[in-house]
Amino acid sequence: MNTPLRRVGMAMMVMILLLLGNATWVQVINADEWRKNAYNRRVLLDEYARKRGLITVADGTVIADVKETSDRLRFLRTYGAGKAYAPVTGYLSVTYGTSGMERAENDLLNGSDDRLFARRVSALITGRDPVGGNVQLTLDAKVQQTAYDQLTAKGFTGSVVAIKPDTGEILAMASTPSYDPNLLASHDVNEQAAAWKQLNADDSGDPLLNRATQALYPAGSTLKVVVAAAALADGKNKDSQYTAKGSITLPGSTRPLPNFNGTPCGPGETVSMETALAKSCNTAFGEMAGQLGANKLRRQAEKFGFNDPDLTVPLVVETSTLGPIPDDAALYQTGIGQRDVQITPLENAVIAATIANNGKRMQPYLVSKILGPDLKAIDETDPDEVETAMSTANANALRDMMIQSEINTGGEGRLQNVQVASKTGTAEHGVDVTKNNPHAWYIAFAPAQKPEIAIAVIVEDGGDRGLGATGGKVAAPIGRAVMNAYLAGR
Amino acid sequence: MGSPAPAGEGSASVATSTSPGLKAPTRRGTELVMLSFAAGLVTLALILVELNQERSLSLRILYLGLAYLGLFACAHLAVRRWAPYADPAILPCVALLNGLGLVVIHRIDLALEGTVFPDGSTWDPVAFKQVIWTGIGLLLFAATLKFLPDHRMLARFGYTFGLVGLVALLLPGVLPGFIAPTINGAKIWLRIGPLSIQPGEFAKILLMVFFAAFLVSKRDLFTVAGRRFLGMDLPRARDLGPLFAAWGVTVAVMVLQKDLGSSLLFFGIVLVLLYIATERAAWVVLGLGLFSGGAIIAWKLFTHVQQRVANWQDPIARYDVVGGGYQISQSLFALATGGIGGAGLGAGRPEMIPESNTDFITAVIGEELGFIGFAALLLVYMIFALRGLRGAISVRDSFGKLLGGGLAFAVCFQVFIVVGGITKLIPMTGITAPFLSYGGSSLLANYILVALLLRISAAARAPQRIAKPKPQQPAIADQHTVMVERPK
Repeated sequence: MNTPLRRVGMAMMVMILLLLGNATWVQVINADEWRKNAYNRRVLLDEYARKRGLITVADGTVIADVKETSDRLRFLRTYGAGKAYAPVTGYLSVTYGTSGMERAENDLLNGSDDRLFARRVSALITGRDPVGGNVQLTLDAKVQQTAYDQLTAKGFTGSVVAIKPDTGEILAMASTPSYDPNLLASHDVNEQAAAWKQLNADDSGDPLLNRATQALYPAGSTLKVVVAAAALADGKNKDSQYTAKGSITLPGSTRPLPNFNGTPCGPGETVSMETALAKSCNTAFGEMAGQLGANKLRRQAEKFGFNDPDLTVPLVVETSTLGPIPDDAALYQTGIGQRDVQITPLENAVIAATIANNGKRMQPYLVSKILGPDLKAIDETDPDEVETAMSTANANALRDMMIQSEINTGGEGRLQNVQVASKTGTAEHGVDVTKNNPHAWYIAFAPAQKPEIAIAVIVEDGGDRGLGATGGKVAAPIGRAVMNAYLAGR
Repeated sequence: MGSPAPAGEGSASVATSTSPGLKAPTRRGTELVMLSFAAGLVTLALILVELNQERSLSLRILYLGLAYLGLFACAHLAVRRWAPYADPAILPCVALLNGLGLVVIHRIDLALEGTVFPDGSTWDPVAFKQVIWTGIGLLLFAATLKFLPDHRMLARFGYTFGLVGLVALLLPGVLPGFIAPTINGAKIWLRIGPLSIQPGEFAKILLMVFFAAFLVSKRDLFTVAGRRFLGMDLPRARDLGPLFAAWGVTVAVMVLQKDLGSSLLFFGIVLVLLYIATERAAWVVLGLGLFSGGAIIAWKLFTHVQQRVANWQDPIARYDVVGGGYQISQSLFALATGGIGGAGLGAGRPEMIPESNTDFITAVIGEELGFIGFAALLLVYMIFALRGLRGAISVRDSFGKLLGGGLAFAVCFQVFIVVGGITKLIPMTGITAPFLSYGGSSLLANYILVALLLRISAAARAPQRIAKPKPQQPAIADQHTVMVERPK
């Protein structure tokens, strides 16, 4: 009987080997799949047990703090400034995960980032709990607050982005309606669930959406600066002549392309590029786009930052595009920022900042410094010039045209003693443009000769002006107030 | 090699008197050293748990560790007295497994302390109860060694054991619900007053004794060749009776008690015993065929079988389904999060693992001790089973070989079923991990099993008693030629 007994022994060893092999698969080789599964709350609970890093704005004001509690999750995330910064900070929720900066810089904030390795080791040796690193943002508290207040004062849905043109630092990033991230960070599961339900309700206005980076809008007339830049690069100048007609017919189609209210752009047959931009004449820019062709237009747009699917600031930014432009009619419509043009408020602010920075596009960024738990700087973001979108001469020419545009633009709150270069936009959207209120755009920078701040403002669905809304009436006052807050505060 | 046999012990003197000059080492000293090591490891584990749970350390832990060592020192003395030639590695393995089980059950108590369940009840710590069960188990262990000086005695009661075992196995399945309640979907418990017992755990051993005795007495019948088919000697149809009977019992357990794990374990043991007795692979092939057939039919007919299989195929997809993949997912999360090195004893999250102190206790260990500890645990089981098998191989009688082989295989196979289940190697079937899981019945039955294995290994290693030395006489060929006078 010893032979079968020995074989049974072999079978037993095989069984144990199978178990060992499978355990190797589950615990070592394939462990990440189970560890990172959304249902596995262990990793999240571990993160909560560690003191998370702080998020501060440029002047050091803490906008995301931690408070030690006596409950099972130990540390409670608190957002002192709440709604004004929510689109940037995002939230940290046990049930609903993370968003915004909490997600983008999660590794650093929870202390698992490689740059904190040495500190983790020393914490291990000294027996202290490892602590997350801190993130210092480029946001300027006063500009951010002004942007948020301006948008919410009249209950607008929209966004404001402000950029420092020569560095790319994002000075303000507001999005409304906003939300209170403290509710989602609550350790009370019921409070979290109630807040989540309310924020995701159909009539909530989508407060969890950071419109500055995540929403795509038709660019409207603000895109005319891109078309003008392409024309300048193509050898045209501010005096080049274009049609002044009140309305033209789209090529290969019977549909008309009218100016605002169908008004002719000037008294004569033609009008200069400068006047066409100042008066935002659709017919002239349709023709300009038609002359340039889709390729040149697209190339110029890409130089300004369109079609960049990998852009992060480090919040993930939706990709702005001109759309497919299948024919000439589409090309004309693209020339005035309609048809399939899709742009984020951040990208529109980048366009303004690039023109302001003599045509050099800087990489926009939100994180200025990364600080260790001991508040020593571990890493600093250096301004990064991505590419030259325009020659200095062309950028200056475009700036001069935008100064004329600002002079031509109505609306309140003009800056005293500061010259502003701007472009407004009134973007139609939806199936029936006579019923959907247009989005109001305003992009600008100031002071025009030595720009220190560039902004983009969008107010969705006409703000408080309904169908009669224009960029100048609704969005421009907000943009001016934001620039003023920055320039006055220097 | 070994330690000096303690002087003045009855058994040692027997050895001396029976085989002079050939004193086989009992190796009891080795056992004591390894037991101390096991107790040390268990104490260290307890200290780690207390440290990681940030509880105050006191000398109490050392006393607990010493008490544990004392408990097993008593078991050791029982072995010294009643089975001096038993295998020295088996008891230390048990001490390590049982001790780790106690520490982990205590650790789970700490994690679940103050938990209020949906029905309003709170967690009732069970570690102390398990300590009591360990004590009773060791008493039973010593008693088995004392009152069973020779394992062959069991063969005489083979049929009685078989009948009692069969009744015990099937009893919970057929009794009404108030005495045999359905707990966690399985109807395997008997409730007598405040006590809940799992008769199936004892039935397993009783039936193994029966099968071993039965097969030894009828062994020749089974080896008579029937027809040859595909190069295998098929057994004759009339000899298939016992196999079909075992298969029927297995299916009955599966259907009446919804206990897939036990039926798989039981059938596996019967097959292995048949194989060892007959040395014919045909039985195994035939049995596996029968089992597969039964399993497929059960899968088609019963939703609880279908659920288990679906949960095994994709636990995440069925995560939110009632009776779905939640349990196995949590087990996998725990194991994966533990990773190679583990979270550390007392630093994991066993409160998230369902049935953490019974069926899923190895998942808790896998999370806190990591792959390294998990592998070590499996290897301890393997050493235990292989040492048991070694006793079976070297013992001289067929009954001992069969019983020892069956017992050793039973432990290993049970580990395979439960650990394979929690690591998603096979569908989760829900049986206890020997010596680790909380539960009196399982622990007591397994201590009897250990006593039997030690008894068999002692019989294998003990010097053979030679009835009476014959007077020395040279062989005829070597003898001097004797001159025989020719008769005149």
